[in-house]
Amino acid sequence: MPVIYTQGLRKTFGRVQALNGLDFSVEPGTVFGFLGPNGAGKTTAIRVLTGLARPTGGCVRVLGEDIVASRRGIAGRIGYLPEEPAFYPWMTAYELLDYIGRIFGLTAEERKVRSKKLLDLAGLTQTGGRRIGGFSRGMRQRLGLAQALVNRPEVLFLDEPVSAMDPAGRKEVLELIGSLRGQCTVFMSTHILTDVDRVCDTVGIINHGRMVVEAPREELIARYALPVFEIENDSSSAGKFAAWAENLRSMSWVATVSVNGTVVRVVVNNVEEAKKKLLASAIRAGLILTRYEMIRPSLEDVFLQLIGEEGKEAG
Amino acid sequence: MIFLAALRKEIFGQWRSYRLLVVVAVFLAFGLLSPLAAKFIPELMKLMPNGKEIARLIPQPTITDAVAQYLKNSSQFGVVLALLMTMGAVAQEKDKGTAALVLVKPMPRSVFLWAKFAALGVTFIIGIAIAGAACYYYTLILFRAPDVSRWLALNGLLFLFVLVYVALTLLCSTVSRSQVVAGGLAFGLVILLSGTGAIPGIGKFLPGQLLAWGAWLAAGSKETAWPALWISVGIIGAALAGAWAVFERQEL
Repeated sequence: MPVIYTQGLRKTFGRVQALNGLDFSVEPGTVFGFLGPNGAGKTTAIRVLTGLARPTGGCVRVLGEDIVASRRGIAGRIGYLPEEPAFYPWMTAYELLDYIGRIFGLTAEERKVRSKKLLDLAGLTQTGGRRIGGFSRGMRQRLGLAQALVNRPEVLFLDEPVSAMDPAGRKEVLELIGSLRGQCTVFMSTHILTDVDRVCDTVGIINHGRMVVEAPREELIARYALPVFEIENDSSSAGKFAAWAENLRSMSWVATVSVNGTVVRVVVNNVEEAKKKLLASAIRAGLILTRYEMIRPSLEDVFLQLIGEEGKEAG
Repeated sequence: MIFLAALRKEIFGQWRSYRLLVVVAVFLAFGLLSPLAAKFIPELMKLMPNGKEIARLIPQPTITDAVAQYLKNSSQFGVVLALLMTMGAVAQEKDKGTAALVLVKPMPRSVFLWAKFAALGVTFIIGIAIAGAACYYYTLILFRAPDVSRWLALNGLLFLFVLVYVALTLLCSTVSRSQVVAGGLAFGLVILLSGTGAIPGIGKFLPGQLLAWGAWLAAGSKETAWPALWISVGIIGAALAGAWAVFERQEL
């Protein structure tokens, strides 16, 4: 049974349709990447899924229960990190976690142990006694993640969890999120594709308030990403290289060609044809190649392709 | 348990942000100054040019003047403090996002609201208790000892009067998302209640009459204002119920 399930989910704000018949489901124990461009409806969907906003229409079930009817019951079983977590500036990090523990009805001993463990997990042990008012954005984000884990949630909702972090902090938090796989279901919204690539096993792409596609990451790449070849040329034959690249665009088996210095990236729509003809044409053109490689298509290629198609359809 | 956790956090917050200290300091100042002002204003008048002539027209100050000063000052500044302390209580938390962070957890919205009201009540009861004790002491030194039970009742009525404005401002803070708008709405209600209180025949049913009752108690009168007390309790109850009904329907 899916842990999160929506069908025909709609949410309107006046004339603005933020969610427009959103359908998807998330299986238990997965790290679900909820991907979409800015304004696609990601935050609105999370607010509805956590019970902070009411749906205008459709069905929303979290942990098998209707979120509208059983909001309080579900609240004890989920964790939530907002995009820009806000705290009481006069509290210390330890006091905040202790307060959250009290809300969840933990005993004094449980709160003490849990708070210390979570401060350690968030890398805030040294600053646990400092007031949150003096925390940097990255520290707040890590504290936000810690407070979302106080009750050992069955489902963890993360809204852009690493958007405010530096590369080192980002890596740590993504590793932490990845380590939760199997322990709880993580529902993570982001517009940063590399983050999804790093930790998510299932991906849903949302645009204009509806799900464009939803599938395991590898399946998505296999299904949608066109094969890509990268060819690097020695700078001594730069003139021939530009002409050759331009000539490639007219080939029926080539989808797109992009040149960046001495590297050309060729997206093809017929991989067998490309394998036979691409290298041969480069040799015929007299190029001196330093690298020829068929690279693994990335989630970014899929995302751009799907969102691009959406845009064309909308246009 | 959740209520106690929320109440503890609210009181702790008021302590850490010095708001509790400010309320106590303001009430203490008026508790100390009111009997002093009642006693020494005629003396101060004598120091002014032609002051002796004016001072001769002013009757000899009594304990009633000290109590009247105390009630007037503490109630006026009590209302101002009630507005300032309460206008951001809910509005600011909604605006900043702390309400969402807490209410996504299993904390009922009613508990969130009522803990705020109870914490503000604790703050004002501490402030009024200290002010009452200070005023009692100076009144005892400068005039005579007021009757203790009547003094306690007087301060209880003052507390209830202030609590009416705390509850009304909490309602405004819940309705609005901005503490400035909440403060404006609450100030409008203060004007409305004051204006209505001036209408003959209606004032005796409104919270302002609690202060008159307090003055009667200090003067040894047996006159009472029970309708005003019950209506004040009713206003508090209605404001809290209204705030809860609105808050339950709001999206965060």
